[in-house]
Amino acid sequence: MSSLLSSFMSFSRINGDSRVAPFVVVLLVVTALASFCNLLMPADSVFYVSTYTITLLGKYLCYAMLALAVDVIWGYCGILSLGHGAFFALGGYAMGMYLMRQIGDRGVYGNPELPDFMVFLNWSELPWFWHGMDQFWVAMLMVLLVPGLLAYVFGWLAFRSRVTGVYLSIMTQALTYALLLSFFRNEMGFGGNNGLTDFKDILGFDLQSDNTRVTLFIVTALMLCGLLVLSKKIMQTRFGKVIVAIRDGESRARFIGYRTENYKVWLFVYSAMIAGIAGALYVPQVGIINPGEFSPINSIEIVIWVAVGGRGTLVGAIIGAILVNYAKTKFTAIMPDGWLFALGAMFVLVTLYLPKGLMGLVAQLKDQQLKGEQHKSQKAADNSPNEKTEEGHA
Amino acid sequence: MSLLDTTREVMRRDQVWPFLQDHSQEVDISHQVLLYVEGLNLSFDGFKALNDLNLYINDGELRCLIGANGAGKTTLMDVITGKTKCDSGTVYFGQSLNLLEKDEAEIAQLGIGRKFQKPTVFEAHTVMDNLELSLKSNKSVMPTLLATLNSAEYDQIDHVLETIGLKGERMMLAGSLSHGQKQWLEIGMLLMANPRLLLVDEPVAGMTVQEGERTAELLTSLAGERTVVVVEHDMEFVRSIARTVTVLHQGSVLAEGTMDEIQNNQDVIEVYLGEAP
Ligand SMILES: Nc1ncnc2c1ncn2[C@@H]1O[C@H](COP(=O)(O)OP(=O)(O)OP(=O)(O)O)[C@@H](O)[C@H]1O
Ligand SMILES: [Mg+2]
Repeated sequence: MSSLLSSFMSFSRINGDSRVAPFVVVLLVVTALASFCNLLMPADSVFYVSTYTITLLGKYLCYAMLALAVDVIWGYCGILSLGHGAFFALGGYAMGMYLMRQIGDRGVYGNPELPDFMVFLNWSELPWFWHGMDQFWVAMLMVLLVPGLLAYVFGWLAFRSRVTGVYLSIMTQALTYALLLSFFRNEMGFGGNNGLTDFKDILGFDLQSDNTRVTLFIVTALMLCGLLVLSKKIMQTRFGKVIVAIRDGESRARFIGYRTENYKVWLFVYSAMIAGIAGALYVPQVGIINPGEFSPINSIEIVIWVAVGGRGTLVGAIIGAILVNYAKTKFTAIMPDGWLFALGAMFVLVTLYLPKGLMGLVAQLKDQQLKGEQHKSQKAADNSPNEKTEEGHA
Repeated sequence: MSLLDTTREVMRRDQVWPFLQDHSQEVDISHQVLLYVEGLNLSFDGFKALNDLNLYINDGELRCLIGANGAGKTTLMDVITGKTKCDSGTVYFGQSLNLLEKDEAEIAQLGIGRKFQKPTVFEAHTVMDNLELSLKSNKSVMPTLLATLNSAEYDQIDHVLETIGLKGERMMLAGSLSHGQKQWLEIGMLLMANPRLLLVDEPVAGMTVQEGERTAELLTSLAGERTVVVVEHDMEFVRSIARTVTVLHQGSVLAEGTMDEIQNNQDVIEVYLGEAP
């Protein structure tokens, strides 16, 4: 018992040199300020933050969470998943189903049981997998379980047969593409290509009201902080060390007795669950989930966010996601068709010139600065005896 | 009555779950032989890398394996440690443990440590973390999530650091060690697991003469308590440590004996030593 307690204590200790703690503080302060300026400032004040901006920020934070999920698996374990968009979308669909059921008889057809698209398709009763989704807790369970289970099955099959590298990446692309195709079909019962939309409220709160919007934003920020700290903690345990060991020398890890495939499967499940949570927080804020979220290009974008920020740093992935998406918002406003080219160019530039991403750049600059200072202080130390002797002469 | 017994046997509560059964696998060395390799065959696309190979390693001995490039030394280690499946033959650890039906992780946990030909350490981890990961401990996912080092384990790490002479480098990243230091760290990682059998592939490759001598001392000091099998090309090194030498040639054993016997063996002179008089 006491050993359990002590291991828990050591688990929850915040240590050292990482950038996680300062980042969490900054994020929480920004969140609090933005929320405050939205709710308490008059709309004509210069400090007023519009609800549109709040929602946009919330969306960025969801993407940041998704980038965190990819960084956990790619940066720390070297598994390049090009299918994390699928887990994100599945989490989003689970939330969407709950929001759909919340509409009740306020839909266009006024059917208290069936969502509009089912009435439109002349369905007479709810498909089995829609049952229970009107309960918030069931839906939240599904947000975790569905991506987790898919990741478990996929990972178990792939890692046990020792599929690695490019082949694994292609398999994950195939996975998300297959889901894209099946969610497009009306018979799947997820609203076909229109997806799920026209949500009214969540837990009884109006989704259009400022208060709900701000609350969703704050919940997203808190969740992101929580998952960031948890991920950092996990990477500091011996489990995390084994994960990095697998990245750098999988066969060595096997020969000292670790069943590496189990480690990879569980990390993959953890990462998929984070992606699912991100999707679930994304849907009520943007108000729609459709099969487009499964498109393979989305999953590739996530990887670029992580690469830009710097993989294997967690904080870097989050910053990368926020910056790239901010650029995307600005860029598409000016030149809507050019974004994919810009993204491609960014990827090429980062791989060529910034292999460690922005975080790597920061570390490098700091290093140089430190060296410069050492140099200076050494010079000063060299100089001081001279000065003394000169004084003596004078 | 016998029906009742059978029912009882079937219904035994302690045998319902496989994880409740006692899996402690003791190495049975009642015949002083630790490793039996018999009739091993393995071919890669028709090329016979191992050809009816027989090898017996006694408990506590220090054995040197020599042979020309491509003789099958590394491949033999691959088969013993579960990395490569052989076509036919048997490999037993002690009297009772069939290694061919186990995977790498299980074989490692039985107490067989292996050093690769090319030194492989976890470069992004510190020397200390490298050793911590190699500890003999429960290596499934959940326990490692909560594992912390206790004082006995710290002592063990200190002890191994002393043995491999990396005490001062404890907090250095393994990636920044010199080639020779990496080789030692890898040996240290094997020692952490307290192995019964050490398979060491070309430990002095790329080392300076002094480093090689220290490695020789280290390996000889390990033998006795542990069993050590060393593959090496460097004949000076082999002469300095070996008691028994086995010569492999084209996937099978050509000769076995003391260094002097080997050097005077006609076959060996022809195929191996003859090349470099
Ligand atoms: N995976 C493989 N596929 C095909 N051929 C292989 C494979 N592994 C080894 N071989 C071949 O088997 C033969 C034995 O190789 P092995 O690595 O065991 O030699 P070795 O005795 O360790 O030589 P060295 O002294 O160069 O390390 C070589 O001819 C090699 O080309
Ligand atoms: Mg070899």
